[in-house]
Amino acid sequence: MGSSGASGDLEGEMEVDAFRRLFPLRFHERHLLESIRPDARPLGRARESTVALGAVSSADGSALAKIGHTTMLAAIKMEVMTPSSESPDEGCVAIDFHMPPICSPFVRPGRPAEVAPVIAKQLSDVISSSGMINLKELSLTTGKAAWMAYLDIYCLDADGALFDAALLSAVAAFSHLQIPAVSINEDGRVVTVSRADGDGKQAKDPVIKEKRKLTLSCVPFSLTCILHQKYILADPTAEEESVMETLVTVVLDSSSRLVSLYKPGGPVLAYTSAVQDCIALTRHRVKELQKILNEAVSDMEVD
Amino acid sequence: MEIDRPDGRTRNQLRPLACSRNILNRAHGSARWSQGDTIVLAAVYGPKTGTRKNENPEKASIEVIWKPRTGQVGKAEKEYEMILKRTLQSICVLTINQNTTTTVILQVVNDDGSLLPCAINAACAALVDAGIPVRHLAVAICCAMAGSGSVILDPTKLEEQQKMEAFSYLVFHNSVLSMLPEGSLHVDGEPMEHGIITSVTHGVISVDDYLYCLERGHAASAKISDFLRRSLQSHAPSDPSKAA
Repeated sequence: MGSSGASGDLEGEMEVDAFRRLFPLRFHERHLLESIRPDARPLGRARESTVALGAVSSADGSALAKIGHTTMLAAIKMEVMTPSSESPDEGCVAIDFHMPPICSPFVRPGRPAEVAPVIAKQLSDVISSSGMINLKELSLTTGKAAWMAYLDIYCLDADGALFDAALLSAVAAFSHLQIPAVSINEDGRVVTVSRADGDGKQAKDPVIKEKRKLTLSCVPFSLTCILHQKYILADPTAEEESVMETLVTVVLDSSSRLVSLYKPGGPVLAYTSAVQDCIALTRHRVKELQKILNEAVSDMEVD
Repeated sequence: MEIDRPDGRTRNQLRPLACSRNILNRAHGSARWSQGDTIVLAAVYGPKTGTRKNENPEKASIEVIWKPRTGQVGKAEKEYEMILKRTLQSICVLTINQNTTTTVILQVVNDDGSLLPCAINAACAALVDAGIPVRHLAVAICCAMAGSGSVILDPTKLEEQQKMEAFSYLVFHNSVLSMLPEGSLHVDGEPMEHGIITSVTHGVISVDDYLYCLERGHAASAKISDFLRRSLQSHAPSDPSKAA
């Protein structure tokens, strides 16, 4: 390519921002040679992550998760439904992921993001196969009533590593979730109990429950890495993802078992050594995220 | 330890593979790939001028359409389309026909387990039939883990859903048949065909079990590569009256 010679001459004369726009791959490779990235992170470090629980007060469980600039808002609403006949003692979780136009200049109302249904499906696969939620806890009366949890995740700012932030916000929302108290009224229908009239209407009530939380076992956490030549970059920004296209997402649960290793094609092949390095980076990240989540949960409980 | 598979196969035995090319008249390239009862039909149209709005006009772009056997297109189909698009982008030479779009359409004829690998194999054979320039081919295999740490290859739908703890779809390069000595093909001590192009896993397994799955996948991909090479060589050249 002639541009590599031309850009060599222009490097000294051009401003950094112009060089970044015109020759993005060379810009990033110059940084990689020094083992650093444009935002001064070392290659294996993820961006600063925060979790805030209870962001949506009208929802039964909610959380706002930020990884760098990528922001995800997750909210859970519970509804009572009749369970299916194949699993009469289990509830259900429905996950939907939305990318409204606010999140990125490439998403417009008539042009939905192509990546949104893919992330939604990935999230449902990971949450169901990790066994984080015991669906039997969502059951009310076997065969007649069970909870359906509608989890909606909205991407408010898309700056790379969307799946990681979405999974973190989903897990945080489930940790914050409090299942509402219910009773069965005279018609046999399940109604939620509010604190005010809790005493009067309990004619036939076998199902009063206090507000309770779900027990979460084997919580999954993930890390997305980019493979480029022989470098592995953890937690890419949107700019890095568009320039270097090979992404690997590793999801591990808290007992270090592999829930998912997702590499959807890409020009760089992943040899066993690269796979093991990605898994090692993810293990480290799982510990960081667990600490952040536990702190957020204990802050909530103090309040 | 032996696992009894309902159809009597051993752990490492694949179902009978069959590939027929050039079966659709109007498509520029087509192939039908079957692994046992899982059958996928792939058709390739292209290259056509112009790229879609978000695509890079300095490269050829690939568009994938996945049609399920029954029902409407939903999130699972969109996911398969994305995985296939990125996998095919990594094997095609995208710098040759710039600013063009090649459309690959996959129709699921029957799903009896290991559907995505069958579709990837069918798409590769159809690309070859259409004459789209490819750097090398991809071979895909499904490996399923049973609870005791043993791996079986190419599970049927019954095995995937009921008996196996986890399964993973793996896509490798096809094996290289070359006149050069072996040493020149290794990267970091591993032959090039051991690099994963694509990996999609379902279910929870330990990291060591996954690495063991990769090894078994390598071995099986060599067998599928041989089959692919034989079936592509044995076909007569396609009808020259089928102009692009």
